Amino acid sequence: MSALGELRQLKDSKAAKGDGKAAFWFLLPWFLGLFTVTAGPMLASLGLSFTKYNLLQPPSFIGFQNFVRMFSDERLLHSLGVTFTYVLVSVPLQLGLALALAVLLDRGVRGLSFYRSVYYLPSLIGGSVAIAVLWRTVFGVNGLFNQFLAIFGIHGQGWISSPDTAIGTLILLNVWTFGAPMVIFLAGLRQIPVSLYEAASVDGASKGRQFISITLPMLSPIIFFNLVLQLIHSFQSFTQAFVVSGGTGGPADSTLLFSLYLYQRGFRAFDMGYASALAWLLVVIIGAFTALNFWASKYWVFYDD
Amino acid sequence: MTETATLLSVRPELVTQNPVSRRRALQPVRAFVKHVVLILGALIMLYPVLWMVVSSLRPSDKIFGDPTLVLKTFDIKNYVNGWNALTEPYGHYLINSMLVVLGAIIGNLVACSLAAYAFARLNFRGKRWWFGIMLITIMVPIHVIIVPQYILFSQVGWVNTFWPLIVPKLLATDAFFVFLMVQFMRGIPRELDEAARIDGAGHPRIFLQIILPLMVPALGTTTIFTFIWTWNDFFSQLIYLTDPEKYTSSLALRSFVDSQGSTDWGAVFAMSVVSLLPVFLVFLFGQRFLLRGIATTGGK
Repeated sequence: MSALGELRQLKDSKAAKGDGKAAFWFLLPWFLGLFTVTAGPMLASLGLSFTKYNLLQPPSFIGFQNFVRMFSDERLLHSLGVTFTYVLVSVPLQLGLALALAVLLDRGVRGLSFYRSVYYLPSLIGGSVAIAVLWRTVFGVNGLFNQFLAIFGIHGQGWISSPDTAIGTLILLNVWTFGAPMVIFLAGLRQIPVSLYEAASVDGASKGRQFISITLPMLSPIIFFNLVLQLIHSFQSFTQAFVVSGGTGGPADSTLLFSLYLYQRGFRAFDMGYASALAWLLVVIIGAFTALNFWASKYWVFYDD
Repeated sequence: MTETATLLSVRPELVTQNPVSRRRALQPVRAFVKHVVLILGALIMLYPVLWMVVSSLRPSDKIFGDPTLVLKTFDIKNYVNGWNALTEPYGHYLINSMLVVLGAIIGNLVACSLAAYAFARLNFRGKRWWFGIMLITIMVPIHVIIVPQYILFSQVGWVNTFWPLIVPKLLATDAFFVFLMVQFMRGIPRELDEAARIDGAGHPRIFLQIILPLMVPALGTTTIFTFIWTWNDFFSQLIYLTDPEKYTSSLALRSFVDSQGSTDWGAVFAMSVVSLLPVFLVFLFGQRFLLRGIATTGGK
């Protein structure tokens, strides 16, 4: 079903040879892409991460200096803090909301396809510049949000201009796009055999008990799948932070997500060697989180097969 | 988004099952409460977007005093102002976006389906290996390839052209769609290929005349998602397109906001709505397309 499941099963499938020539031609564009635009540049950036390079002069080898520099780069350390807050708060909220809505929609609601579309729509537009612009105005001093608070006599601050709350508005924006995982949960819920619930009802299990003992375990592979993908996705968030802060990551670096910092180092300061090292740090972080997830999944993900 | 596409096109039966069958005997009161909650939730979710659309039709100075959705006057002046606010009329940037999107769609459809055929139907040395690499590239963050890629494309002289945004798609680098198509092809009965092969068809013919016509739903999904992702893309466009003449809709909108500061929000909202409109339309059209695709393969 999923790319992750495929990787798990890789070792089981048997390789064979036979259509080598045809396969070469069918795969030719993909091979070219792999060597020139994907894996090739990936290795090149690993090489560049050990150099000092500004595009104008040829790269000069400086060993591990870029990596050593990271430990004393205060903006980087700050940006990591911002990114972890962003990811670790928004992903659980997003998935929790997605699961709650999916369960609510699953049990025979009229107009399911209407609700599904409405809740899914923000996922399609949440990454766009237009929505980031909207967010910037909604949470501004005179924005929509404060106008609503004013109805209740509360005088709100500028949520985006205050360093304490700016990242919160971005977290909210990420949570707002819970429709995509929700649709996947919905599909997963359909696969749970109704007979399990019927048997549980006969045994007198309550709705809450059924949710904990049937729905959650049966859905755990899908929860795992969503969790891994949303983590990978959220670590790379860029557009919203860029537009909301006008490219600076401000106020006071409070929205300086990791990819925004990387962009500033690489494509504003043309500090390409350091930017490559940062990119590999991101790969290591995402890789570590994914590996941790796979390891932890042994203890909570339930595979039926 | 990604994940949805896989599920919908790989497991169409998930959607065709009757959602009402599980719990028919809900008490009316509880159903009513549930609908109230769902509608309220939907309203909160969409309120900012609806407010933006309504505000784009209000005089600029009235926007920030009015949190309601009531439109007292209907005024398209913001659209006229916004359309002509930048060096080129906004249509110019929409066309640029459209060109990039079109190139990306063609690239993904051709290159990904070719690669998918090899992985789904052909036997060759090291297939497992290459397939594993392909799966891993789905998860590689763009940041780790963007620097050398930028150096490469700038040496070829492609910065400030659309090629860096299109050529990678022609080389099947959106591996997610390769995976999606492989999964779909695995659902097409192999007997069809074998019958064609007995009739003397080679792989190119089997691919073109048997497989492709049967995988229209997967191609539709690919088209729709490529459209939406490329249209919304910002990071790579920001890096490769610095000449305002070459700006796409995303870049134009962003430069409009930054140049405008907070003076003319009406016009900014108007162009935001314009830039979102194609996505809305594709979503409406695409939903129906997806359902039709599911219906044609429903017998699976």
